[in-house]
Amino acid sequence: MRGYSFSTVLGRALRGHRRWPPAWRSAEPGRAYDVVVVGGGGHGLATAYYLAKNHGITNVAVLEKGWLGGGNTGRNTQVTRSNYFWPQSAAFFERSLELYEGLSQDLNFNVMLSQRGILTLAHSHHEMEALRRWTNAIRINGIDSDVLTPAEIGKLVPLLNLDARFPVHGGFIQRRGGISRHDAVAWGYARAASALGVTVVEQCEVTGFDVEQGRVTGVSTNRGSIAAERVCICVAGHTSVLAARAGLRVPITSMALQAMVSEPLKPCLDTVVLSPVIHVYVSQTDRGELVIGGGADGYGSYAQRGGVPLLEENLAALIELFPAFSRLRLMRQWAGIVDITPDTTPIMGPTPVGNLYVSGGWGTGGYKAIPAGGETMAYTIAHDAPHPLIADFGLDRFETGALIDEGAASGVSH
Amino acid sequence: MLTIPCPFCGERDEAEFRYGGEALEEIPPAEASDAEWSDYLFNRDNPKGLVHERWCHSYGCNQWFQVVRETVTHRIHAVYKVGELRPDIDHLDGAEAQAGG
Repeated sequence: MRGYSFSTVLGRALRGHRRWPPAWRSAEPGRAYDVVVVGGGGHGLATAYYLAKNHGITNVAVLEKGWLGGGNTGRNTQVTRSNYFWPQSAAFFERSLELYEGLSQDLNFNVMLSQRGILTLAHSHHEMEALRRWTNAIRINGIDSDVLTPAEIGKLVPLLNLDARFPVHGGFIQRRGGISRHDAVAWGYARAASALGVTVVEQCEVTGFDVEQGRVTGVSTNRGSIAAERVCICVAGHTSVLAARAGLRVPITSMALQAMVSEPLKPCLDTVVLSPVIHVYVSQTDRGELVIGGGADGYGSYAQRGGVPLLEENLAALIELFPAFSRLRLMRQWAGIVDITPDTTPIMGPTPVGNLYVSGGWGTGGYKAIPAGGETMAYTIAHDAPHPLIADFGLDRFETGALIDEGAASGVSH
Repeated sequence: MLTIPCPFCGERDEAEFRYGGEALEEIPPAEASDAEWSDYLFNRDNPKGLVHERWCHSYGCNQWFQVVRETVTHRIHAVYKVGELRPDIDHLDGAEAQAGG
């Protein structure tokens, strides 16, 4: 792989940007691999990359039924943060944020991480108390977060209407939180993994698993059978569908989470603003578009489109907070299918089927977890034992009762 | 946007209803193992296709009832009251799931 650098960009520019080589090899599937990763989104590609980089396992195939990053990786609102309540979640998501901070260098691909801070608002005295407790928990976990007064918030976000129907009583900010470019994360991991020898196959749907004596030995696909020593499912909203093909039931409900972007504006909002109670969050991309999201539609769904009632609720909340945005037009609105667990904590690690691993249950917050998710799953697959950071995220917690109820800290209620 | 035919009030907008998850069938006996209880409490079929689920008409008659709905097209095929037998939907499943992709 030729590294991207100022000189390569300049050299190509002088030649009219003709004949850039493809960023990754989009290959035909082979017959057998040490590891098959099902799903070419951020988590699948990152898992393959860290298998090759950290564990020297390069005979790996990533099978993607559509195109790379075309599922939730390309549909999320690009927020990265680690302001979680419980120690297990905080340690995991903080590791992810650390990896994001060095990701552009590590992958030699600009993921455009912008640590502009994520501001969470409270609209009543009682909410403010809960938010102080949350902030304290985050600080005890060793992660930056600061409580802000309404005056400080007004200075930080001048367009915000502090004296609305739900007045702003205060908030807290994680300054290291922010946004990055989600397509670049998928492409960067695909390119870096491909350079290390990983096979990336697009348009290849896994239709079943070969299971012999309780152990998975391969997968069947629309492009033939592929033998595999180990298989990892990284398919977000379709985790239940794939798990069922391996004979497993999982504690997941799939729902549609919608997002939308406005027409582009001049720079006006340099912070991610989130209100858990009136149900909206918003940031402005480098192109000037406002990216707006809220909670998931309130019923099970595999339709990648959002319902109008929730769209209206999200936009009403946005205009409540930012009256100046009321005349904007929306350019696009879409939804991704998110896999929500009962405790809103992901499900990562081995499954009751031997040699079959799962990385799912990401719910509404999988994007920020991509680097650490890939790193810890690669370790788990290579050692056939959970990485210490995800030891508490296993499927067995639903039997032991050791749930990690992160609903409170997931930002927007589910 | 869903329009849900409440068996007591007739067709109403989805905003009047609350979703109650998949309709579960049998509560395990008290002596069931942790694994059986875990399966009942947490695991779901979560099908891409037809599902039996509970809804409550919370801003109407406040009654719980069951809906048979397709999770890709969102089309509602049947509605039945608590205690009624499940309608036979086997003949619908394959074609509808195929159509929904």
